[in-house]
Amino acid sequence: MAETEQVNETRATPGSHSSHGSRSPQEAYGEDLWPGPYGPYSRLRDGLRAYRMIAAMWIRSTMAYRASFAMTAFGNFAATSFDFLTILLMFSQVDELGGYSLPEVAFLYGVVGVAFGLTDLVIGSMDRLGSRVRDGTLDTLLVRPAPVLAQVAADKFALRRLGRIAQGLFVLGYAVAVLDIAWTPLKVLMVPMMVLSGAMIFGAVFVAGGAFQFVAQDASEVQNSFTYGGGTLLQYPPSIFAKELVRGVTFVVPLAFVNWVPALYVLGRPYPLDLPTWVAFTPPLVGAGCCVLAGLVWRAGLRSYRSTGS
Amino acid sequence: MGTGRLYVAVAAGGFRRYATYRAATAAGVFTNTVFGFILAYTYIALWAEKPHLGGYDEAQALTYVWVGQAMFAVMVLGSNGFEADLIERIRTGDIAIDLYRPADLQAWWLAADTGRALFQLLGRGVFPMACGALFFDLALPTDLLTWAACLVAIALGTVVSFAIRYIVALCAFWLMDGAGAMQLTWLGGMFFSGMLLPLNVFPGALGELARLLPWSALLQAPADVLMGEADPLSTFAFQAGWAVVLLAVGRMIQSAATRRVVVQGG
Amino acid sequence: MDRDDMNGIDGTEERDRHFIELDRVEKVFDVRKKTGFLRSERREVRAVDSISFTVARGEMVGYIGPNGAGKSTTIKMLTGILTPSGGRVRVAGIDPSRERTRLAHRIGVVFGQRTTLWWDLPLIDSYRLMHRMYRIPDARYRENLDRCVELLELGDLLDVPVRQLSLGQRMRGDIAAALLHDPEVLYLDEPTIGLDVISKAKVREFLRDLNTERGTTVLLTTHDLQDIEQVCRRVMVIDHGRLMYDGPIAGLHEVGDSERTLVVDLERELPPIEAAPARVVKVEGPRQWLAFPASESAAPLVARVAAEYPLVDLSVREPDIEAVIATMYAEQADRARRAGEAEEAVS
Repeated sequence: MAETEQVNETRATPGSHSSHGSRSPQEAYGEDLWPGPYGPYSRLRDGLRAYRMIAAMWIRSTMAYRASFAMTAFGNFAATSFDFLTILLMFSQVDELGGYSLPEVAFLYGVVGVAFGLTDLVIGSMDRLGSRVRDGTLDTLLVRPAPVLAQVAADKFALRRLGRIAQGLFVLGYAVAVLDIAWTPLKVLMVPMMVLSGAMIFGAVFVAGGAFQFVAQDASEVQNSFTYGGGTLLQYPPSIFAKELVRGVTFVVPLAFVNWVPALYVLGRPYPLDLPTWVAFTPPLVGAGCCVLAGLVWRAGLRSYRSTGS
Repeated sequence: MGTGRLYVAVAAGGFRRYATYRAATAAGVFTNTVFGFILAYTYIALWAEKPHLGGYDEAQALTYVWVGQAMFAVMVLGSNGFEADLIERIRTGDIAIDLYRPADLQAWWLAADTGRALFQLLGRGVFPMACGALFFDLALPTDLLTWAACLVAIALGTVVSFAIRYIVALCAFWLMDGAGAMQLTWLGGMFFSGMLLPLNVFPGALGELARLLPWSALLQAPADVLMGEADPLSTFAFQAGWAVVLLAVGRMIQSAATRRVVVQGG
Repeated sequence: MDRDDMNGIDGTEERDRHFIELDRVEKVFDVRKKTGFLRSERREVRAVDSISFTVARGEMVGYIGPNGAGKSTTIKMLTGILTPSGGRVRVAGIDPSRERTRLAHRIGVVFGQRTTLWWDLPLIDSYRLMHRMYRIPDARYRENLDRCVELLELGDLLDVPVRQLSLGQRMRGDIAAALLHDPEVLYLDEPTIGLDVISKAKVREFLRDLNTERGTTVLLTTHDLQDIEQVCRRVMVIDHGRLMYDGPIAGLHEVGDSERTLVVDLERELPPIEAAPARVVKVEGPRQWLAFPASESAAPLVARVAAEYPLVDLSVREPDIEAVIATMYAEQADRARRAGEAEEAVS
C-alpha cells in the first residue's frame, strides 16, 4: 500500500488545515493534464471522447453474448427487410406505384434506409431517456465529467444496428445499378450528401424527441411514431400522399429533405409542391439547422430537468 | 372456488394488468394511428394502379388497413404478450411452482392472455378503427350480425395467437435464451398474418400457402368476415381447427417439459 | 459577502473551513396532482426550505431524515444534478449547478441502489473506463486501484462480471469506482442499504480509513443510525426540508431520548420477561420484544435475561430514525411550550 505523506498528517476535526490530505486535481495531475477551459470546442471534443469510450464498453458488453448478438443482428436485418418485402410484394402485382417504378421507389427506400440506419446506429437509444429519468439512472450520468448528451447518445450502443444500414445499402445499390438515368457527377455526389444530411435530420428528430422526454417520460412511443413513421413514409414516393401531409413533412418537420426533395431532382421528377430547383441542394443546410435547433431543445430540456428533477 | 370462476378471475387480472399502463396504451394508439394513415395512402396508390386487386375494392383495402392496426396489439403482432413473463419464469425456475398449482398451466395462461386481448381490443382497437372510419371511406357492415361474427373470429384468432406463443415460450425449457425463438415467431407472424399486405395480394403459391397457415387466422380471417368476403362458418371452422391442433401440441410440449422439471427435481 | 474574495493570510484555511457551504438554499418543485380525468392541481412543494450549513475539509458528516425529507434533493444540489431555486451552494469553491463537469473531477458519488458499474463486464473494465473518462494519470490510477482493491477486498472480484457479484460486493465495487480519481468529497447515498452485517462493517471501516489517510470529506445519507454512529462525528437531521439538528451524534440521542429493542427468542412460550428498566412491549409465541433506553448498554440486560431464562437467540434493534425524529419533534414542541410559559410567568 502506498504510504504517502498524507498518513497521520490529516486531522478530521472541523476547520483543520489539511491540504496535504487531498490534493486538488490540478495539483495532482499537473496543469498540462488538466482538461482545461470549458469552451465549446473542448466540450465537443470531450463529448466525442466520452461517446467513443462508452460505445466501446457497450460493444464489449454485447460480445459477452455472442450467439445472441448474431441472432439479433440477423433479426434486425430481417425485420428491416420487411418494409422492402412489402414494396416487392406490391410490385409483384403492379408495375408502377404513384407513377414511380420499382427502381425509383428502391432509390427512395435505400437513401432513407441508410440515413435512418446511420442515425439509429449512432444515437439509437435516445428513446430510453424517459425511462432513465423515471428510474433515476440519469443522475449517475450527471455526476460524470462528460456532456450528458454524449453519454445518453452512446447508451446501449449496438453494432447489430449495422443490419439496418446493410439492408439499406443493398437496396440502394440495387437501385443505383438498375436506375435508367443519366448520372452526372453532381447527381453522383448527391447520393452521399443525401445520406449524410438525412442522418443529421433524423438525428435532430431523435435528440429533440429525447429532450421532450425530460418533460414527458412516457413519450418514447410518440417519438418512435415520428422517427419510424417518418422513415416508413419516406420509403414511398410523395405523389401518393395527401398534399397536406407532404406540406407538413416539407415545412414543419423537414423530413422531406432526407430524400424526397433531393432524390426527386436526381430522378428528374417534379416535386408535388411548387419549390425552386435549388432547394434540392439545401439538405446539408436544413440538416445543420435542425441540429442547432435540436441542440437548443436539448439544452432547454436538460435545464428543465435540473430545475424540476422531473 | 369452481374452476370456471378461477379462470374468470385470472382473465380479469390479465385485463387489469394491461389497463394500468395508460400512457403506454395511449402511445400505442397514437403509433397505430400514424402507421394506419401512412399505410392507407400506400394502399390507395396500389388499388388506384390495379382496382379489385386480390378481390378487394379500395374501400375494402382501406378497411383492411385499419382492421390491421386495430388487431396489431390484440393479436400480439408487434409487441410482447405473456410469453416474455412465461420465458422468464422458466429461466428462473419459478415455473416449477406453477406446475404444482392445482390449476392447469395452459388454461391459466390462456385465461390471462384472453383478459389482455379483451383490454387491448377496447383500449387499442377501437380508436384507430374509429379514426380510420372518420378520415376514409371504409367498407363497414351495417348489420349487427356481421359485427358479431367478426367478434367471434377475433376471439378465435386470439386463441390461435395464444397457442402459437405458448408453444414458443415452452421452447425456453430446451433453449438457453428464448429471445431468438421469440424474434423468429415475431418475424413469421408479421409476414404470414397479412400485416404487411393482405394475404390475397401475395403472389401465386406464396398466397395459397399463407392462407393455409395458422397466422391467417389472426388478421385475414376477422377482416374478411367483417367485410363479408369470407363465409363466417367455414372461417370459424378453419380457426377453431388450428386452435385445437396448436393447443394440443402445446399440451404435449407442456407434459414433456413437466417430466423434465420433475426429473431435474424442480 | 462573497467568501471567494477572502484572500488573506488564512485564505486557504478559510476555504477549507467552508469546503462545502450552503447558504439559505431552497428547492421548490411544482407538483401536479391528478384530480380528475384531465384536470390536475398544481402545488408547490418545498423539498429543501432555506437550509444553511458548512462542512470543513476532512469532516465526516451523516445526513439523515425520513423518506422525502429532502436528503436526496440536497445531495443532488451539491453534486450539480439539480439547480437550487434559491440560496447559494459552493463545493470546493465551485458553484455545482454552473460548473457541473468541472466539479465532477473533484467529487465522488455513490448511489446506494443504482450501480454505475457495467453489468455484463468484469469489474476491472468499469475501473478502466473511469481511468480514461476522468483522465487519471496512470501511476495515480494504479496506486488508487491497488489501495481500494486491498482495503475493500476486491482482488478476487476484478475479473468477475458485475452481474455475478453479491449486493455487498457490488457496493464495495461501486465505492472503489467513485474513488479512483482522488475526489476531495465523497457523497454516499444509502451505502449500506440491503447489505449483510459483515459487508456493512467492511464499508464503514473503509470509510474511516479513507478519511484518516486521505482526509477525504465524506457526506453520508442513511437510514441506518449505526452507519452514523460508527462513521461520523457530526450528524445533521433534516425533515420537511428543514434542518432539525446539527451536532454530535451523542446529542441526537439526548435530544431524542430514544429506546433500543432487545428481541429475545425463548425455548418456549413464557410469561413476559421481568428485567427492569427494560419492559416487554410485544410477545409473539416464544419471541418477546424488550425496550430499554438507548443510552444504556445492552450487556447487563442480556446477561440477566440469559441467566434467568432459557434462550435460543437474541438480537438488538437500533431505534429507527423516524422514531428518533418523532421524539425530537415532541421535545422541541415541549421546550417551546415551556419557554412560552416561562415568558408568560415573567411578564
